[in-house]
Amino acid sequence: MIQASKKAVDEGRTLTLLEEVLASPEGESVLTCMQCGVCSGSCPYGEVMKYPPRQIIQEAIAGADADLISSPSVWMCVGCYTCAKRCPRGIDLTDVVWPALRDQALQRGIQPPTELRVAFQNLYLYGNLLGISPRKRLDWAKDLDVTVRDLSRQPEPVEVLWLVGCYPSYYPRNQIVTRAMARLLTAMGVRWGVLGKDEKSLGDCDRLFGEEGLFELLVENNHKLFRQHQFDRLLLTDPHGFRALQKFYPRYGIEVPAQHYTMYLAEKIDQLKPLLVRAIEATVTYHDNCCVGRRCDCYEPPRELLRIIPGLKLVEMPRNREIALCCGGGGGGMWLDGHITEHGGKRLSDERVLEAAGTGANILAVSCPFELSRFEDSIKVTGLEGKLVVRDIIELLAESMGLEERKKA
Amino acid sequence: MSAEDVLVLGETKQGTPTDMTLELAACARQLASQTGGQAVVVLLGPEGKQAATQVADAHRVVVVEDDILATYTPAPYLELLSHLVDQSKPIALLVGSTSVGLDVAPLLAARMNLPIVGGCQKISAENGALKVTASFCAGKMLADVEISATPAVLMLLPGSYRAGGGAAPQVEIIRSPIALDPGPVCFEQMILPAATDVDITQQEVLVAVGRGIQQQDNLALAEELAEALGGAVCATRPIVDQGWLPLTRQVGKSGMTVKPKLYLALGVSGAPEHVEGLKGAGLIIAVNTDPKAPIFETAQYGVVADLLDVVPAITEALKAKTN
Amino acid sequence: MNIAVVLRQVPDLIETLEIADDGTRLDYGAARFIVNEWDNHALEQALLLKESEGSSVTVVALDFGEVDNTLYEASAKGADTIVKIPWDSEEPPALRQAAALYAEVLRGIGAELILVGCQSHDELEGPLAPQLAFTLNLPYVGVVRGVQPGDQPGSIRVFKEFPGAVVARMSVRLPALIGVLAAEKAPRYVPVSRIRAAMKSTPIRESQVDVPQAAAPVNVLRLYVPEAPERAEMLDGSAEEVAERICQILAEKGLLR
Ligand SMILES: Cc1cc2nc3c(=O)[nH]c(=O)nc-3n(C[C@H](O)[C@H](O)[C@H](O)COP(=O)(O)OP(=O)(O)OC[C@H]3O[C@@H](n4cnc5c(N)ncnc54)[C@H](O)[C@@H]3O)c2cc1C
Repeated sequence: MIQASKKAVDEGRTLTLLEEVLASPEGESVLTCMQCGVCSGSCPYGEVMKYPPRQIIQEAIAGADADLISSPSVWMCVGCYTCAKRCPRGIDLTDVVWPALRDQALQRGIQPPTELRVAFQNLYLYGNLLGISPRKRLDWAKDLDVTVRDLSRQPEPVEVLWLVGCYPSYYPRNQIVTRAMARLLTAMGVRWGVLGKDEKSLGDCDRLFGEEGLFELLVENNHKLFRQHQFDRLLLTDPHGFRALQKFYPRYGIEVPAQHYTMYLAEKIDQLKPLLVRAIEATVTYHDNCCVGRRCDCYEPPRELLRIIPGLKLVEMPRNREIALCCGGGGGGMWLDGHITEHGGKRLSDERVLEAAGTGANILAVSCPFELSRFEDSIKVTGLEGKLVVRDIIELLAESMGLEERKKA
Repeated sequence: MSAEDVLVLGETKQGTPTDMTLELAACARQLASQTGGQAVVVLLGPEGKQAATQVADAHRVVVVEDDILATYTPAPYLELLSHLVDQSKPIALLVGSTSVGLDVAPLLAARMNLPIVGGCQKISAENGALKVTASFCAGKMLADVEISATPAVLMLLPGSYRAGGGAAPQVEIIRSPIALDPGPVCFEQMILPAATDVDITQQEVLVAVGRGIQQQDNLALAEELAEALGGAVCATRPIVDQGWLPLTRQVGKSGMTVKPKLYLALGVSGAPEHVEGLKGAGLIIAVNTDPKAPIFETAQYGVVADLLDVVPAITEALKAKTN
Repeated sequence: MNIAVVLRQVPDLIETLEIADDGTRLDYGAARFIVNEWDNHALEQALLLKESEGSSVTVVALDFGEVDNTLYEASAKGADTIVKIPWDSEEPPALRQAAALYAEVLRGIGAELILVGCQSHDELEGPLAPQLAFTLNLPYVGVVRGVQPGDQPGSIRVFKEFPGAVVARMSVRLPALIGVLAAEKAPRYVPVSRIRAAMKSTPIRESQVDVPQAAAPVNVLRLYVPEAPERAEMLDGSAEEVAERICQILAEKGLLR
């Protein structure tokens, strides 16, 4: 897709949707589609889409894509990977078909919903989705009681280069988690550092949203940064960034060892266990995020981390692991709530918190930065306030380690 | 008129002076008291006659009548003002940062090669020189400016002066002293906003309700307050999610971005997604029972109280004031 | 129709602005630059006219801030020609100097319609657009949302905004300069791949002009950051007392009906 669509742009020609899909790695698999409709049936928004996934492939192959390209359906996928996971032919709809469709829309001058447009613009101008100054990227660390190695000011070799992510750097609720993570890593004796004002988004949302050019720009920027610094591995708070590094950066020749924090900490579980000195007497249910979960089949590490917390009882929601319901924020979904509501879609996070509460849990544990704000908001509109709280696994671990926030003297 | 006088371009709306005009007059009166001159307000067009006596802070109001001035077009305004400034050589011409002002003030300054300052918030005179405090970079900065060449053209930001209420001004009604030509810009028609649901992005006053409103019935309190203020009601997302108000009234990241002059946040916690939609708001006043609510970091004024007590009280007080 | 658009770079307000050592100017070296919001609307309006009327669009910008990116983005969106005016200083030109610079280049372009944002947040000396219209001896109307072709050839129709969303429809004889508040549609998003393609394929035309002398600008004595409290000022008292105080505040700010 990348080369072909570049060439077309150079020639001033736009590809058809099918051409674009076929030009991408793994793209040819769409030709094996037998129109069984499992994708549409599994899509959480399939019912409210004019063109659910099955039909997208049908229209693409038939070459009749004009109406499809301009329909609201184009902007209703939230990147949950359920269709791709269940496709009996193994067609990677989420990573191949949807981005191609959106790229087509963008190349033909269709405007994405305003919210998403603003998020793209923010990424382009500032390297983060929230449109906040890059110089404020380390504001979360103000008055923190542990040392933060800001490699953008003073480069030095580190064991772990922590890519903090956009929401964890800027969003107030997430900053609490980020600070807990900093204390946790320090308590474990890890030599870690961050990129401070130089850090930019890894670009997973825009890639999924067909903003290939923007993705490439971010990849180039990040590549340069990775080469500038010395580290053993990258650590990610955001599963989407992890996914991008694992699957898409290698396409640009960038291979760096990277782990989502649940994987990294689960690996160090023996070291972690003795540090968990405080019991958390609570019933907890865990929400699998789509990237680490369904996409990477990594279901146990987050659960192992929860199970080692003394006093904590882990229960499962009916839809867990590969059939977990998405929170609706993935790969750009955070900037589509308005569009989806306008076109008849219900918020998935509302349904999910009700499911969580149904297990009798009083804590909904998460491991993706988008989920905190989504679920906390959903708790307000579903009448679950006072019954269910949302906490990141990091927060629970830090609490059990007795790492309360202390202000630096 | 003399070099100590302060000239103001006033505007009218339905036979009354606009709020901006009253502010300009108040500013001009204060300035005139420093220069030892008079505050002279010019009103153009047929509505001027009716509005003139209401411009309380002016010493004098000059109403210029001419058919061509019935609606605003740039050329006649410019011709006339150039003539008046040229004749009277005031120390300053004050113009509001309004739709008319943003055209006429800079055009006039350019044409007469006069110094001009935009975004003025405070104007004073000392020994024949003008001192101005002006807003710069959308109010992120203030600049103290000195102007020694006069007349100067000064564009005043709304909300900078408080209309006082001096004695009734002396009113003078004249025909245009010069022949006015319509010029290359021609007025065709006024278009009023469609009377469908309120467009909250265009409202100057918004009363926002959050979950602190508790019950749908209580929305009436907010509606009444909005009416007393001449504004509209908007809401946070949970209120819209419950179907209490339509999607078009939602402020925030997944709703509308608004830029009212006044935003009253009632029982709104101030979540980042909500606050994102009111970056362009002027004065923000918040009422919330929780003293730690983040909205108090965005608002300029806060009240820690039950909105069910405070809102009716504000509505009452407003009604008492305006009656 | 030949349309020209002026795109200016202004300090981006998402960054904390800094003041130069002499205390009277912005530290432009420390600022980040972005295209002026209203100029961006002017460009969008020009592109909409291009799409409906087949006009050609020339974009003119001063070599300042992130100008190249802005020009390539304009080209990717559909501007036909992008022109850069040389400018060596770290600070932007003063109002009348800027008008003289743009005017010289615009005269050479011979556009029938010039669209410029009707304001910009860094204009201490008032808006550029009307000053530029005067320098070019063109008619001007500003605070316009929406420009359409007129009934008669050689004219356009503009929609000038007044308070309360009231709009005056006016016809303007061409050539003219219009100060744009908003385009008929929000400025379009253009995919980054197109901007990058434009960087490779579209040449920026460099115009040569003599830099005019700056007339003495207004004299800034001091530039400073207004005191902004981090938290709201709390109003205490009974409901009636608070209500009374709020009314007072609203009256002071001219917000009472
Ligand atoms: C992706 C995403 C997009 C979003 N987009 C938007 C958006 O566009 N707009 C938006 O608004 N939200 C949006 N949200 C939701 C947002 O996160 C908040 O949940 C929401 O704004 C909270 O609304 P609220 O202030 O009404 O409710 P709450 O946060 O519950 O606050 C209610 C407040 O009322 C106060 N209160 C209670 N009783 C009283 C009383 N009697 N008198 C006075 N005060 C009282 C409480 O102290 C509290 O502060 C979005 C969320 C997400 C995740």
